[in-house]
Amino acid sequence: MAVLAETQNTSLKGKSMRKFKILLAGTVAALAMSGAAHAQRGTDGDLKILFWQAVSTLNPYLSGGTKEVYSSSMVIEPLARYDETGALVPWLVTEIPTVDNGGVAKDMKSITWKLKPGVKWSDGSDFTAEDVVFTWQYCTAPDGGCAQKAQFEGITNVEAVDKQTVKVTFSEPKYYPYGAFVGAQQPIIQKAQFKDCVGAKAPGCTSANFGPIGTGPFVVKEFKPNDVITFTANPNFRDATKPAFASVTLKGGGDAASAARAVLETGEYDYGWNMQVEPEVLATMLKAGKGVLVNSFGTQVERINVNWTNPDPKLGDKRSTVEGGKHPALSDPAVRKALSMAIDRDIINEAGYGEAGKPTCNIVPAPDAYISTTNDWCLKQDIEGANKLLDEAGWKKGSDGIRAKDGVKLSFLYQTSTNSVRQGTQALVKDWWQQIGVASELRNVSASVFFGGDPASPDTFQKFYADLEMYTNNFDGTDPEKYLAEWLCDKIPSPANGWQGQNIPRYCNPDYDKIVAELSKTADLKKRAELAIKANDMLTAEGAHIPLIHRGQISSHSATLVGVKMNAWDSELWNVADWSRKK
Amino acid sequence: MFTYTIRRLMFAVPTLLVISFVIFALLDLAPNDPLGDLPLTIPPEVREQIRASMGLDQPFLIRYLLWLKQFFVNEPLNIIEQLFGITIGDGERMRVLSWATRSPVVDLIVQRLPQTLWVVGMAYVFGILIAIPVGVISAYRQYSIFDQIGTFVTMVGYSVPTFFTGVVLIVIFSSYLQWFPSIYDTNLVVNDWSSFVAQVKQMILPVTVLALYNASQIARFVRASMLDNLSQDYVRTARAKGVKEKVVLLVHVLRNSLIPVVTVIALGVPTIFSGAIITEQIFRVNGLGQLLITAVQGADIPLVQTLTFIFAVLIVLFNLIADVLYGILDPRIRYD
Repeated sequence: MAVLAETQNTSLKGKSMRKFKILLAGTVAALAMSGAAHAQRGTDGDLKILFWQAVSTLNPYLSGGTKEVYSSSMVIEPLARYDETGALVPWLVTEIPTVDNGGVAKDMKSITWKLKPGVKWSDGSDFTAEDVVFTWQYCTAPDGGCAQKAQFEGITNVEAVDKQTVKVTFSEPKYYPYGAFVGAQQPIIQKAQFKDCVGAKAPGCTSANFGPIGTGPFVVKEFKPNDVITFTANPNFRDATKPAFASVTLKGGGDAASAARAVLETGEYDYGWNMQVEPEVLATMLKAGKGVLVNSFGTQVERINVNWTNPDPKLGDKRSTVEGGKHPALSDPAVRKALSMAIDRDIINEAGYGEAGKPTCNIVPAPDAYISTTNDWCLKQDIEGANKLLDEAGWKKGSDGIRAKDGVKLSFLYQTSTNSVRQGTQALVKDWWQQIGVASELRNVSASVFFGGDPASPDTFQKFYADLEMYTNNFDGTDPEKYLAEWLCDKIPSPANGWQGQNIPRYCNPDYDKIVAELSKTADLKKRAELAIKANDMLTAEGAHIPLIHRGQISSHSATLVGVKMNAWDSELWNVADWSRKK
Repeated sequence: MFTYTIRRLMFAVPTLLVISFVIFALLDLAPNDPLGDLPLTIPPEVREQIRASMGLDQPFLIRYLLWLKQFFVNEPLNIIEQLFGITIGDGERMRVLSWATRSPVVDLIVQRLPQTLWVVGMAYVFGILIAIPVGVISAYRQYSIFDQIGTFVTMVGYSVPTFFTGVVLIVIFSSYLQWFPSIYDTNLVVNDWSSFVAQVKQMILPVTVLALYNASQIARFVRASMLDNLSQDYVRTARAKGVKEKVVLLVHVLRNSLIPVVTVIALGVPTIFSGAIITEQIFRVNGLGQLLITAVQGADIPLVQTLTFIFAVLIVLFNLIADVLYGILDPRIRYD
């Protein structure tokens, strides 16, 4: 592994060293004050968290929804997770395995995790390698419908070498081996509790799914599905001084605006998740001075996908497929570029996102090592330039002010999901496109239909029966390999694969496929970043999509709550053990 | 009357079966998808497997018959087992499972029922208690100032939607005055005076919103019915006989006027169970209404199907009760 990996590794070592020293100091102090440290756990009373989408289950393997992943992260934990900067942190293990420390095999076909000694489940039993092995068996069992199964792709075996060592073997060299058991999506569950719940039996184990036993700072006391969860501090938590709160109440339901009010205005709650509220509404609420907003930028990008195939209804079954032929107007690169140039991303951000967004021209917007500036021309609106580009390409304005060439008019159907911010963006974009002689018809589809993926519905984003469509997508963790593979030629949705591909724009470029193939064979992190940037630049430059806004996660917390480190790479509640009440 | 009731109950069975089929078919045709809320990072192949684990890969008719069996055979058997503490057969049978929570639907409903009955039921009772005197006085003193104000308030209460009154009350009493909480605490256990006060406090706002709405509706009925009866011959006769005005009004007129009102009230009872969807959502009461709306949004079909079917049963049942009550209250009506 090259420079970047090493620096990351040494910084990790440095960090854990520092942590260790602090811990040591803490223990000494605790010994000196004889038990004073013990009094610290549970001294700060009840922590009240509000999720405006209620939590349905505490088993993230059976749901996959963000709200379930976040809420369960207070109880069950992964081997390693991402901190607020996106760096890997050893969580239930002693260190992050690398080639240098011998944790990752030289041929990249296996990774060995060393578990932290002395970690206990909340019921007092030992946390062992068997539990990690079981978690893999649980999620990959047939008929289980495990939502995180993709994270275990390419793993042939997970074995317990001894009580404290887990070896994960891959079928092929895995150049980014930190997929399985890393991040809030794949926490370790207890074998003793779930051993009779494998495969088709998984949904039937209601009491286990509603109250998983974990290694985390809190224990589930009562779970009322889609309503409220009560947690108490875990008496067997590995750090005897944490958590500071004795209990947590996580209430669900309602809407984002009233959740913001409960934290920022009335102060009834300490933490409110996902404040998707118009910036000016939040600004008035903040004036009450009871709470603050926190944000963090992960990998979410709001984009307009460009349909490279022809969505003409006359084509029948061949509509929006490669067989149906190229799009009559959008196959012209000048048109795709002009559409992007005409947009003022700053205004979209100001109107709909505020602190929760920033304009972007990238499809891979983070982490820092992967950010490209090649296409930053798009950050500045250029109506004049767009008009000129279209003139040069031979698209002439007609009497109705709409450009046309060879009988093809620049008139597009622009669809998205129903959501007030998205409809606001649509209206703004329509106006700018009007100024370059492009007409657009706006359409919005209910989110549960649009993202539902029902092959029988004509309104899903996969079918793309429109010229342009807008939504947000992202990737888990910090490595974009899987995400960039979505634009491969063989991932194009079609009736043959039940519209299941992820290459929504139907973009196909053999050169692009080559870059992604190379990426999957590169171990060196610096080289990986270079390749990812190359792929990212290609997608934007060729106009597979029009990136708009790099979306952050925005939450709010009470002014009396300290220790919150907003994290878009992992669960927002990842460091809940460190939260405390301001004295 | 008894044979009539039996006959009606017999008729109800095929009606309800047809209703259950229609609900199932409608839900199946709706383009909603239970996986619509999942992050896009979950790839299509995995989604397909999740769908299969929910039984969505089965054909429509099989899924319907399975639900019928689960609802009409397995669930009642399960209730009997729990009531008497016995095990019938091997005790292992598939219950109706929600797709979102993966837990038995009936347990969810049982968990939600108390909140809804307390908040929405209380609002209904208060609504009736307010509506009857207001309706009576308005009718007796028709076109007086009381009647004018009463008419105005009931018209406003009836026409302004609860999502508006709810938010206005929260802004005034929770945000500005900070008298009452804006979020209902479903974990609150009433076991002493202070927790009782807390319970009353958190119920005041949602109950006010709903009571205003219910009272407005019923008060209009009471007023109209009282006006009909006040001009009847028997009222004049009673007055001519020298019966006291109080007795005329409260014994003769009110009793007769209540006959149609009672049926209206009986027909409204099922709506208590279906919860006040919007009000529960605004105050996060998390009763049956909130359960239904989250299930609809998340395309949790087994839950929506079971809930709407139970509501259908209640509506059919209370229609029958209203008819029977009508017969008992008004001796002129005979069904046999």
